Amino acid sequence: MGKEENINFEEAMKKLEEIATELEKNDLDLDSSVSKFEEGMKLSKQCSQMLEDAEKRISILLKTDDGVVEENFE
Amino acid sequence: MEYNPITVTDLNRYIKNKVDNDEYLNNVLVKGEISNFKHHYTGHMYFTLKDENSLIKCIMFKTYTPNLKFVPKDGMKVMILGTVSVFERDGVYQIYCKAMQEDGMGSLYTAYEELKNKLEKQGLFDAKYKKPIPKFPKSIGVLSASTGSVIRDIINVSTRRNPNCYIKLLPVPVQGKGAGEKIAEAIKIMNQYKLADVIILARGGGSLEDLWPFNEEVVAHAIFESELPIISAVGHETDFTIADFVADLRAPTPSAAAELAVPNVNDLLLDLEKYDNRFKNSLKKKIELMRLRYEKCMTSRVFKEPLQKINERYISIDMKVKQIQNLITNKLKDDKTKMIELITKLDTLSPLKTLARGYCLTTNCEGKIINSVKGVKKDDELIIRFQDGSSNVKVI
Repeated sequence: MGKEENINFEEAMKKLEEIATELEKNDLDLDSSVSKFEEGMKLSKQCSQMLEDAEKRISILLKTDDGVVEENFE
Repeated sequence: MEYNPITVTDLNRYIKNKVDNDEYLNNVLVKGEISNFKHHYTGHMYFTLKDENSLIKCIMFKTYTPNLKFVPKDGMKVMILGTVSVFERDGVYQIYCKAMQEDGMGSLYTAYEELKNKLEKQGLFDAKYKKPIPKFPKSIGVLSASTGSVIRDIINVSTRRNPNCYIKLLPVPVQGKGAGEKIAEAIKIMNQYKLADVIILARGGGSLEDLWPFNEEVVAHAIFESELPIISAVGHETDFTIADFVADLRAPTPSAAAELAVPNVNDLLLDLEKYDNRFKNSLKKKIELMRLRYEKCMTSRVFKEPLQKINERYISIDMKVKQIQNLITNKLKDDKTKMIELITKLDTLSPLKTLARGYCLTTNCEGKIINSVKGVKKDDELIIRFQDGSSNVKVI
């Protein structure tokens, strides 16, 4: 997945809202509007990618002398 | 011999009086196990209190039932405060209960209340310390028993809301001696290794005794000190443990905790789609607006009659030239008038005019005007100028 993993979903949603508000205010010139639009579409794509690409995992944490190991549960 | 029997009513009344007059029976504290419990629709409670060898009927009228801190059930060990009296009609004696407490729980209740007050004073329940629950946690830590319905419910609800959720179960004992310490330790481990974005601390329903680990001070402090936000879901909706008060969020049930911790992925995708639409619409609107502005520009006079401005300028130049011409003409005229005036004035002042009226102008030979008798001596030669000429004279 690489880069997408680094986005914080909560912050990304906030950013999306900001971009939408800015675009809707209508005082941007066309070039800025287009680049904001591209930024927003890209971010929203990354977010949905993140949701769809996440893997289901149910694990159990086991304490050992060295710390905690994670194993599949069920 | 004449028999003189009394009636059953009389007998029961006699016994009732005897019993009612006994001070000890008026206020008796008795312990035993509940059986045959019936909560009648009128609100009164009917049951039997028994031990290994004996039993007694009990009634609790609905005036007293609201004070109960628990729901009585068959098999429960209780302590009852009441009055023993006789129900004359049936000839039975029974306890009219005024108060009832779970036996052995009395001390636990007191401990619970004391600890709750203490921690409240210490500020452990203060809203200002409550951490927000992340809206989109990457992983959810569950502290609970590894078997049973609690973890099942949490997994089911979580995967229903987000099929790709990430749950990490750290099994802990949820009842019995030492469970509190284990729970506290588990909370610390989760924090130490930052194993999840949010923790659910869960346990199914049970008696106050069963839920006791969640009322322990060590658990309360571990929750309070946790940097990871904690959702507590201990017991049923009606059970409130100290863990619930300290936790950042209390869920009525383990399933509800999962709902609070795991966002519904379909809702999120829908939100994202809404943003996409907002972006598209505003860009479309922007372009439409630009097009309108362009069209408005193109219909403006500048583009329709491009020469108009130039022609207007021509007119303006012509007007200026005309203005300049006028100025020059006027100036010439003024100067001419002024010159004539000056010439007339000069003419008036000319000495020649005075000579014409018969006056003479006397000068010496150097041409200096003689205007006093003191300036002449005998034999001086002077020049006298007349209107029409001059002649040389000698003073005698």
